Amino acid sequence: MSWNRLRRKVVSGAVVAFCAAAVVLALIPLGFILFFVIGHGLPALNAAFFTQMPKPVGEPGGGMANAIAGTLILIGLAAGIAVPIGIVSGIYVSEYRKTSLASAVRFSADILNGVPSIVIGLFAYTTAVLPFQRFSAIAGGLALGIMMIPLIVRMTEELLNLVPPTLRDGALALGATRARAVFTVILSAALPGILTGVLVALARIAGETAPLLFTAFNNRFWSTRLDQPIASLTVQVYTYAISPYDDWHRQAWAGATVLIGAILTFSLLARAMTRRLERMHRP
Amino acid sequence: MSTTGPLGRSSGEGRLFPLLTGAAAVLVPCLVAGIALVLWRESLLSIREFGFAFWRTSIWDPVAGQFGALPFIWGTLYSSLLALLLSAPVALGIAIFLSDLSPHALRQPLIFLTELLAAIPSIVYGLWGIFVLVPLVRRLEIATPAWLKGVPLFEGPPLGVGLLAASLVLAVMMVPFTASVAREILKAVPSAQREGAYALGATRWEAIRMALFYGRTGIIGAVMLGLGRALGETMAVTMLIGNNPRISLSLFAPQYTMAAVIANEFTEAADPLYLDALVEIGLVLFLITVAINALSRVLVWRVGRERTVRAGRPVPAAAV
Repeated sequence: MSWNRLRRKVVSGAVVAFCAAAVVLALIPLGFILFFVIGHGLPALNAAFFTQMPKPVGEPGGGMANAIAGTLILIGLAAGIAVPIGIVSGIYVSEYRKTSLASAVRFSADILNGVPSIVIGLFAYTTAVLPFQRFSAIAGGLALGIMMIPLIVRMTEELLNLVPPTLRDGALALGATRARAVFTVILSAALPGILTGVLVALARIAGETAPLLFTAFNNRFWSTRLDQPIASLTVQVYTYAISPYDDWHRQAWAGATVLIGAILTFSLLARAMTRRLERMHRP
Repeated sequence: MSTTGPLGRSSGEGRLFPLLTGAAAVLVPCLVAGIALVLWRESLLSIREFGFAFWRTSIWDPVAGQFGALPFIWGTLYSSLLALLLSAPVALGIAIFLSDLSPHALRQPLIFLTELLAAIPSIVYGLWGIFVLVPLVRRLEIATPAWLKGVPLFEGPPLGVGLLAASLVLAVMMVPFTASVAREILKAVPSAQREGAYALGATRWEAIRMALFYGRTGIIGAVMLGLGRALGETMAVTMLIGNNPRISLSLFAPQYTMAAVIANEFTEAADPLYLDALVEIGLVLFLITVAINALSRVLVWRVGRERTVRAGRPVPAAAV
């Protein structure tokens, strides 16, 4: 073997080693973060965390019941805004994929997806907080809903594109209109995937903090009113994390553990679901 | 697509269906335009008052009504570019490994795990950063030898919070975005490229290098996409960068970013001019990220024309 060939082989081996090391290097912080969050959070998790209200400063114990309820209300509102718009837009983009409007929608969905969440929060503030002069659950839900729209549009489009064209042709051959074919046959074939995707998108936005800081704001009390400020897990975790109290830090870790637990659960569910769908649609 | 009749519409088209679905679809581009418009209108006071001086001056004193946003631009660019330097090589390594080198059984689990990094909320990164990373960084700063402390890069007291802590976390957060788009790009490069290289006796790395070169615009796009994420990242940075509006070269110095100043000061901004100044920062952040994302998408598209490459989203299974 010539020196040159040896040199090239060594360089190649070094690069391959670097790439493998890069994967390990990225997984270290992942393990590190999960280990610390769950390690600190699990001991702090108890029934009180889910059922009790926050205690005033200095009193140990208490929980984040109002924040958990608030987060559920906020993502419910977001889904109410984003799911109808997102799915119907997704249907348009998939059905008329060659039109210029479809390209425009795809492009702007990707752009919207890259807009920083804090900027979306500013938009929700100026449209839903300023006019009414009060922070509200509605404004928070609007911010999260806007963030959810591009996720749902792109996901719906991709899942509809996976539906075999023979299904559509069959429906049309039986005399169904385009609308009927889409809503009865094609959509129902893609529905399990779309629902999974919606759940994951919800888990995703449930972890958002920045757009809630000045839309939903925060609330020390139990509130389910939509026109009032409302607590959320993430804003509560933030408030507790930057506070000087040890007991609050413990609660923050517990809140982070709940968030991560939800996201992991949904991601794993979605992964299992996606694989099943892929097997189903494989000819 | 279904068969189309002489009118260019399929036989059972109907008029209502495209109109109604199209109406929902139009909302998406309108929303992007609407955000730009609303932010512009809401920052008019500040735009009229300061003009371009807003971005050239560096005194931020809300009490005196002095608003100069240069420190925030500086902190945003400095932290993001440093994070980019740290994350891009690692992300590309991951993309190469997962597209060309990984054993088949490991591929899907590894893809899932790397994309989990994108699913962890910013606030959790921040929490972990405050209690785990910052003490480590502080130890590193204390251990910095005295002769190095004279260099502008390492000046200042060992606080732990500061540019370095924020950039390290940003780098980790950027990895999955860059890696997943770069992986899509490598997949989209025609396999004949690699096969030809192997046929001529290329080593593994030389064949991959060919593919990288072929998809180079897309690779640049992937890196830019990560950059776009870093520029707008809020919570983790707010908790770690130290929030000090002073321009400094030092990695150890507490600094400030555009997203962080909005997050911290927006609810306190009682004075209309103060509020508008913050919205103007938001508007510029919006314009910068939109420009970077649009450019990134175009670059990624040019490579993926033959095969559809999804721009702008890791997270197929791991998070939509």
